[in-house]
Amino acid sequence: MSETAALEVRDLHKHFNELEVLRGVSLKAQKGEVISMIGSSGSGKSTFLRCINLLEIPTSGDIYVNGEKIAMKPGKRGVATPADQKQVERIRSKLSMVFQSFNLWSHMTIEENIIEAPMQVLKLSRKEALERARALMDKVGIYEKRAYYPGHMSGGQQQRAAIARALAMEPEVMLFDEPTSALDPELVSEVLKVMQDLAEEGRTMIVVTHEMAFARDVSNKVLFLHQGLIEEQGHPDTVFNNPESERLQQFLASSY
Amino acid sequence: MDFSIIFDNFDLYLQGAWTTIQLVFLALIIGLIIALPLAILRNHKNPLVWGPIWVYTFFFRGTPLLVQVFLVYYGFGQFEALRESFLWPFFKEAYWCALLAFTLNTAAYTTEIFRGAIANTPLGEIEAAKAYGMSRWLQIRRIILPSALRRALPAYSNEVVFMLHGSAIAGIITIVDLTGVARIINSKYYSPFEAFIAAGLFYMAITFTIVFVFRKLEQRYHAHLRPRS
Repeated sequence: MSETAALEVRDLHKHFNELEVLRGVSLKAQKGEVISMIGSSGSGKSTFLRCINLLEIPTSGDIYVNGEKIAMKPGKRGVATPADQKQVERIRSKLSMVFQSFNLWSHMTIEENIIEAPMQVLKLSRKEALERARALMDKVGIYEKRAYYPGHMSGGQQQRAAIARALAMEPEVMLFDEPTSALDPELVSEVLKVMQDLAEEGRTMIVVTHEMAFARDVSNKVLFLHQGLIEEQGHPDTVFNNPESERLQQFLASSY
Repeated sequence: MDFSIIFDNFDLYLQGAWTTIQLVFLALIIGLIIALPLAILRNHKNPLVWGPIWVYTFFFRGTPLLVQVFLVYYGFGQFEALRESFLWPFFKEAYWCALLAFTLNTAAYTTEIFRGAIANTPLGEIEAAKAYGMSRWLQIRRIILPSALRRALPAYSNEVVFMLHGSAIAGIITIVDLTGVARIINSKYYSPFEAFIAAGLFYMAITFTIVFVFRKLEQRYHAHLRPRS
């Protein structure tokens, strides 16, 4: 018997009014797998990621986290809505997201940012949450900045803090939404280094990215999205060295 | 100029100042309690929810405070049903009428100040709260309000000062607040300049205390907005 996948998405569709952004995308991530999603802007990769934790409500399709299906019910005009908001909140707390623009809570210090959700959502005691936070801040190299507010730090430091905030939830799956796209070029590597360490210690990660080197060197699987469909997928060596589809060949040619 | 009349009646001025402070701060506190939920609902998507609140704030921000006080103090007494109800002991007292009008007035302004601050909460921060599994109420309590109230602080401190100054109207409907005391002293000694400059100095002292308190609050709660030295 095969192990339950950490995350499975089946035939996901998403329409924005008439616009079909996702036209049936499926994905299966085993525990410890790192999956990179690449594609040009507008291909639907960010929307797909945001559908997984229901920041966008998929029009149709099923999502399983650790084998548990997110229950949906038909809503107005045939658009599905979550059946159980409590279940959505519980599942979201197992899927930490790292955003392109960090989205740290600006009125809280870095340390407060990291203990917030563990205390309020997971109901950890302050002591436990602080212990976790301090170990994680140390790990991503921002321990000395723990009393800083996000606005007083560089983009790279903020993104590392955001990764520590994500890790503090001890998530089943981490979702990265173009985590280095808002960073100055010289700050990209410090964030990628942290992500590479996470991949090596066996975290399950779905990474939407424009960093082709990261996708090639770190991930177990690469998905190439084009116009709302998976055009090609496979092991990074195959995808990057022997792309089959013409679109992927074009995309890779323009990305290097 | 004879300022001795001020010192002779200093006790009266202190009493007046106390009445002003009481009236204004009761109105502000009750107004704040009303404004918080109204400001949250004012940002609701459904016009049936935000519509009535908009009408309320539009009326109280669109009319002078004096007119509102007269409406409550003189106007309400015109209705026999009210005169005969259990509420009459309340509405026949100038003090309670002023308190009611002041409260509704400041609640309306405060609602709009908070509404704007809430609407300006960075969307990404709310998304992060959602993505980490916070319920709607938890998002409001832990992220949206703490962020919005900090942003609203400067505008709200103005509202507090305006309310203090607007409260001078109470003196017109027989309440012996600071302005009321000045009117009494003036009619007793026929020295309007001394009488009103004394009241003015008291208002200034209270105003600067308020400004000082808000400056301390901003120092504490706006630390994240200051450039790091």
